[in-house]
Amino acid sequence: MHSELTCIACPMGCRLQIEETENGYIIEGHTCPKGKKYALQELEDPRRMVTSTVRVENGFLALVPVKTAEPIPKNLIFDVMTQINSVVVEAPVFLGDVIVKDVAGTGIDIVATRDMPRASK
Amino acid sequence: MYDVTIIGAGVVGASIARELSRYKLKTLVIEKNIEVCQGTTKANSAIVHGGYDAYEGSLKAKLNVWGNKLYSQLTEELEVSFDRIGSLVVAFNEEEMKELEVLYKRGLNNQVEGLELVDGDRARELEPNLSKKVIGALYCSSAGIVCPFNMTFALIENAIENNVELKTSEKVESIEKLDEGFKITTSNSEYKTKYIVNAAGLYSDKIANLIGDNEFEIIPRKGEYRILDRNAGDSVTKVIFQAPTKVGKGILVAPTVHGNVIVGPTADNVDSVEDTTTSSSGIEKVDELSRKSIPNLPLNQSIRVFAGVRASSDKKDFVIYPSKNAKGFITVGGIDSPGLASSPAIAKYVAKLLNEQGLELEENPSFNPKRKAILGFEHMSLEEKKEILKQNPKYSKIICRCESITEGEIIEAIKRPAGARTLDGVKRRVRPGSGRCQGGFCAPRVMEILSRELNIPIEELVKENHGSALVDSKIKGGDK
Amino acid sequence: MKYEVVVIGGGPAGLGAAVEAKKCGANSVLIIERDRELGGILNQCIHNGFGLHEFKEELTGPEYAQRFIEQAKKSDIEIMLNTMVLNIDDERNIIALGEQGIMEIQAGAIVLAMGCRERTAGAIAINGYRPAGVYTAGMAQRIINMEGYMVGKEVVIYGSGDIGLIMARRMTLEGAKVKAVVEIMSYSSGLYRNIAQCLEDYDIPLMLSHNIHEIHGKDRINGVTISKVDENRRPIKGTEEFISCDTLLLSVGLIPENELSQKAGIAIDKITNGPIVDSKMHTQVDGIFACGNVLHVHDIVDFVTKESRIAGKNAAYYVRQSLNKDSYVSTKSDKGIRYIMPHKILLNSEEDVNLYMRVDGIYKDSKVIVKCDNKEILSKKMRHMIPSEMINIVLKNELIKDLSGEITVEVEGEKHA
Repeated sequence: MHSELTCIACPMGCRLQIEETENGYIIEGHTCPKGKKYALQELEDPRRMVTSTVRVENGFLALVPVKTAEPIPKNLIFDVMTQINSVVVEAPVFLGDVIVKDVAGTGIDIVATRDMPRASK
Repeated sequence: MYDVTIIGAGVVGASIARELSRYKLKTLVIEKNIEVCQGTTKANSAIVHGGYDAYEGSLKAKLNVWGNKLYSQLTEELEVSFDRIGSLVVAFNEEEMKELEVLYKRGLNNQVEGLELVDGDRARELEPNLSKKVIGALYCSSAGIVCPFNMTFALIENAIENNVELKTSEKVESIEKLDEGFKITTSNSEYKTKYIVNAAGLYSDKIANLIGDNEFEIIPRKGEYRILDRNAGDSVTKVIFQAPTKVGKGILVAPTVHGNVIVGPTADNVDSVEDTTTSSSGIEKVDELSRKSIPNLPLNQSIRVFAGVRASSDKKDFVIYPSKNAKGFITVGGIDSPGLASSPAIAKYVAKLLNEQGLELEENPSFNPKRKAILGFEHMSLEEKKEILKQNPKYSKIICRCESITEGEIIEAIKRPAGARTLDGVKRRVRPGSGRCQGGFCAPRVMEILSRELNIPIEELVKENHGSALVDSKIKGGDK
Repeated sequence: MKYEVVVIGGGPAGLGAAVEAKKCGANSVLIIERDRELGGILNQCIHNGFGLHEFKEELTGPEYAQRFIEQAKKSDIEIMLNTMVLNIDDERNIIALGEQGIMEIQAGAIVLAMGCRERTAGAIAINGYRPAGVYTAGMAQRIINMEGYMVGKEVVIYGSGDIGLIMARRMTLEGAKVKAVVEIMSYSSGLYRNIAQCLEDYDIPLMLSHNIHEIHGKDRINGVTISKVDENRRPIKGTEEFISCDTLLLSVGLIPENELSQKAGIAIDKITNGPIVDSKMHTQVDGIFACGNVLHVHDIVDFVTKESRIAGKNAAYYVRQSLNKDSYVSTKSDKGIRYIMPHKILLNSEEDVNLYMRVDGIYKDSKVIVKCDNKEILSKKMRHMIPSEMINIVLKNELIKDLSGEITVEVEGEKHA
């Protein structure tokens, strides 16, 4: 089975040609080893970082930006989003605070990417 | 029961309301849109014409010249920016010069003040940016520019302060003649009134139909425009018209009272009175014609294109008359150019017509003709700025960065009688969104202020009309 | 009020400049920021990809900002928030408006770091009404990421620059359907990484060589008509296609915000739309420096930080009067290069100078050649160059000392598009 992929390791954007055989993948079109590595990762276990926001009560602002602490499996992106959207946190929040532990069963946490102090009245 | 009900709150309806507020009357204004000034009044050339264009003996001629004269005092009382900068109708050949002579004679007959035929060199003295190909011009020193939005808001505010009532978001659906007066049924309510003034602009024929009048028909004609950045403001100093040719009236290039340049309009018949679409062909025409008058016009500094629809009719003149079918029903229809210039005179003329129909006009001794403008921070001197900050700390927060507009002004625009309820309403009163960034920076902040001051959730705020919601929904927070 | 160095703008450029100015000996440093907090545009850039050069880590916008905000707070730098600079003149008098009212501030040196704004559709005459639901990408980003409202449900994006691509992903993640990203050029100006992770990941079509011909809907947008365009970017008749949508995002370019700079009489370059500067980020007005997006639109914030340190340091030296504004050579862009920064290179520099430039098209396997007085002094092989990716070439200090004439930079190679 043949497929194609654009490598994102550097701005070159080499177009990779992938052939799936019984002995594994044959990868061509890359001009450096990063391309092969990227292709294998994408084929075997594609992962993505997810960044989003979470609603805050009594915070200086209404939302706090968050991210997955590490890349999560690509096919779970929307499950992760659903869980993020169901959460409300109470200010203050600090950069690095765990907002959701083990999101969508990935073993990876959702963490805040900035401080969010309490609103001053 | 109301004495007079005015249908339509564009500049004409608002002028009539303000004029009637001089007298001891119970007056109502009904407007179908969310705010006043959402029809043709919000999209036109903003010119107070001299009055040489309309045919001798016409209502247009009489009311234009009369209205033009009234502008100075009226805008002073209402604190609306008005600038008598003068206009030039320019000619590029002998045939066009002959047209100018026709206009000149007509202007004299219409008793226009400050008219003069000048040659190309004198025209270029008056307007240095004028094309060298101009061979002559008709100069009219009494022509001017005004902001049609501010005019309308000021008129209606003053009318309300003098006890006129305003109902918005109410569409007139039927009118029934009673023994004494009329019953008006709107989308929300019913009103009884002795007299009606139909100032419904693009729908003035339809409103007249409601009492069985079929005297005229609105023939909508669209005009497309460009607005140039304030940085281009000195590329023209007078209103520059083009001599009428077989092809048409040409377009104008003029400064606005806010320091922008307005270029346009085209003139195309459209099927619907609601067709305010712009087209690349229309704007191309505007660009091409404008360069004839002002060759170096920096069209690349355009910040906005828009279109307005004229409430032209199948009659050559304004259609202002008392109904033969129903005593006490005055139609003010077919108000296209020079409607804005004529509006103060239209108001007095209509008051006279009402009086002739039996309405008693007893002067109201507590009538206050003065209305204070919303103070614009940007144009204040340093001392004035310091003074206003002492009185109102809300002026310390700049919301519109393009024109240094503060929160204080925006709140004022919302709180005034007939105040802003929509994003465009704030824009037309105090300018955020009119500048270079076209709301890119200020819109979210203005929305916050509108939401807070009116106690309306942001999801319910609209840009202009019902159905123009700004955002879709509030997100995040567990209850999805 | 008097300050030795006043920095206008508290985003990454302003923060970097202020921190560096303090480090290099300025006694009093003030940052004037018009928003309610520091961080500038990074506050709404909640995605990651920042800091690869500066910190060798991949950070989100707010994380990158917070590092510099913390440095600024630790450095005894004064910060005025919710304060807008209304005017500056060429003697470095500043008038600002804030919660304390109007302030008149005298600055020993000023660093301009006001950033940039988005191009609007105002100049482009797209046929149609002017309905609600048309936003610039940055405005939509602010509303979604900071106020917490979705601007719409069915989206078309005009412009395939990184901002448009990032918003395509953002809106999809928040539940909208992004119908297409429409791009008038035959190539995207965004990073491949973003095309892969923002469009391909979500099966969002990228329609190259198409323009938006018409907007439908009077009160709220309800669709767009797109057409294919030819090499001259004119629509091809018969290729019109209607796409229904309730939201249109415009990602059609950024313009440095130099209204204040113009008030001080600072000369602006017509191509970059930013001030003309030398290699110390000094504008043509004595004592006024510039860095970041206000100078020229950057794509990598790490380069902004680099530039801001040069501006901050030299602003401090200027106040200390240890800045030599003497002999220099000019830089000029030649074949293939759209613009080069800085405009002038001071010869008495003790450091290397970073030349930043953009090419005018797509080049593969080509060479960037730096010439002095028409003689080649340096060249760099580049496998792949596109206009939206700024190129950096370092002129080493030893090379600068020997410069005798105008520096020109050109591309040797075939332009692909």
